[in-house]
Amino acid sequence: MGAIPAADPTPSQTVGPFFAFGLPFSGGADVVPSGTSGAISVHGTVRDGAGAPVPDALLEFWQTGPDGRLPSRPGSFHRDGRSFTGFARVPTDRAGDYAVRTLRPAAPTGATQAPHIAVTVFARGLLHHLFTRVYFPNNAEANAADPLLASLDEGRRATLMAVPDGSVTGPGYRFDVRLQGPGETVFLDLITGVAQPDGDGTGA
Amino acid sequence: MSPSSAGPPAGAPAREPTEQDRIVEEIRAAAGLPPLRGGHPDRAYGPYRSTALRSPSQPLVVAPPSLVERFAPVFGAADVGALDHDLTRRHVGEPLGERIVVTGRVCDRSGRPVRNQLVEVWQANASGRYRHEGDQHPAPLDPNFTGGGRCLTDDEGRYRFVTIKPGAYPWRNHTNAWRPAHIHFSVFGTAFTQRMVTQMYFPGDPLFGLDPIFSSVTDELAQQRMIARYDHDTTVAEWALGYQWDIVLDGPGATPEDPEDD
Repeated sequence: MGAIPAADPTPSQTVGPFFAFGLPFSGGADVVPSGTSGAISVHGTVRDGAGAPVPDALLEFWQTGPDGRLPSRPGSFHRDGRSFTGFARVPTDRAGDYAVRTLRPAAPTGATQAPHIAVTVFARGLLHHLFTRVYFPNNAEANAADPLLASLDEGRRATLMAVPDGSVTGPGYRFDVRLQGPGETVFLDLITGVAQPDGDGTGA
Repeated sequence: MSPSSAGPPAGAPAREPTEQDRIVEEIRAAAGLPPLRGGHPDRAYGPYRSTALRSPSQPLVVAPPSLVERFAPVFGAADVGALDHDLTRRHVGEPLGERIVVTGRVCDRSGRPVRNQLVEVWQANASGRYRHEGDQHPAPLDPNFTGGGRCLTDDEGRYRFVTIKPGAYPWRNHTNAWRPAHIHFSVFGTAFTQRMVTQMYFPGDPLFGLDPIFSSVTDELAQQRMIARYDHDTTVAEWALGYQWDIVLDGPGATPEDPEDD
């Protein structure tokens, strides 16, 4: 195949308020079935710059399982009642709350990052999605060596750390997303630092 | 896309500026600023009022993608039904409106096709009404149209949907605000970092320059990348008009190694 010229990306636009009949799918919040050994809840509230709940956000989660592997079989939407799919998609409810049921991630072989769940945030009023990560406090040693966590001051770092939550039945972690303002979640630019096909990484 | 259709025509008697006039003024002011990398909108785009409290005030933290973020969820036959690409065949009857075919290729920035990956769409009906409790636009719902669809790209990265052309609709950003007709697209790449949600527009819409969401992409060339092209070769005789729209995902794709193989 001959060289194909580099192309500029299609620009992002907001997910808008009406994705409810387009994007959520049955069992989308269940990375593992109910009753799975070791299942945890990751849940929280999405808030705006005034601290008000955001009832029309959509979150996606993507992660390794406890074996450090990413699922690579097709079927990320398919809930067969036994498999770990590694992928969740959940809209916030009227109170801005969300919850997913999953397993604790482990770091893949060769990873320089501590175990984490990759998160994408979409919302009405958000013109371009946001990336963030959920880290877990029980991985103290790996967290201390994580390049991203190490680069942040304590207050900012705390926004990426799930908080053990005794308010739920079974093991649960709270991970709130603050889009703006006090306690604003650390959001990531995962693209600028990587070489792009046009060589300058600007796409301009 | 210059908002030249905005405001009173030259020579018209002077009138008080409307809220729409002020929005267009803001759109024009923002159009003079240098576009962001890739032509993406600035999340804090003033004319789209809801961005005010929903855009981060801290700069994004530049980080290399992790091993997890360098791969994407994988989709297949279990995720997509045989008729999911055809939004006109979900109900007993046919929906009202202009039947259209929308097709194109999903590629990465190197021009490599994104194969066997998921593309999802959702849209208003021909009257500009969404099947959603939050849509109070007094236009009729269509009992034969829901408005959501999905498909997998083929080995050349092609997707294809059959649907009806959505209508424009009013919203509450400002008085007399109307969205140009559009289809929402959600696309996965080979890496999680390539994830994209956007909107596809139809050529020649007079609302472009009046719409803060379309205009949040300030670079005219980048705006063109959101507009489908009418394509008579895609049009199916005696049946449906055809539109072509290619999608280029930002960011590098997955490295060829399978994550299971390491």
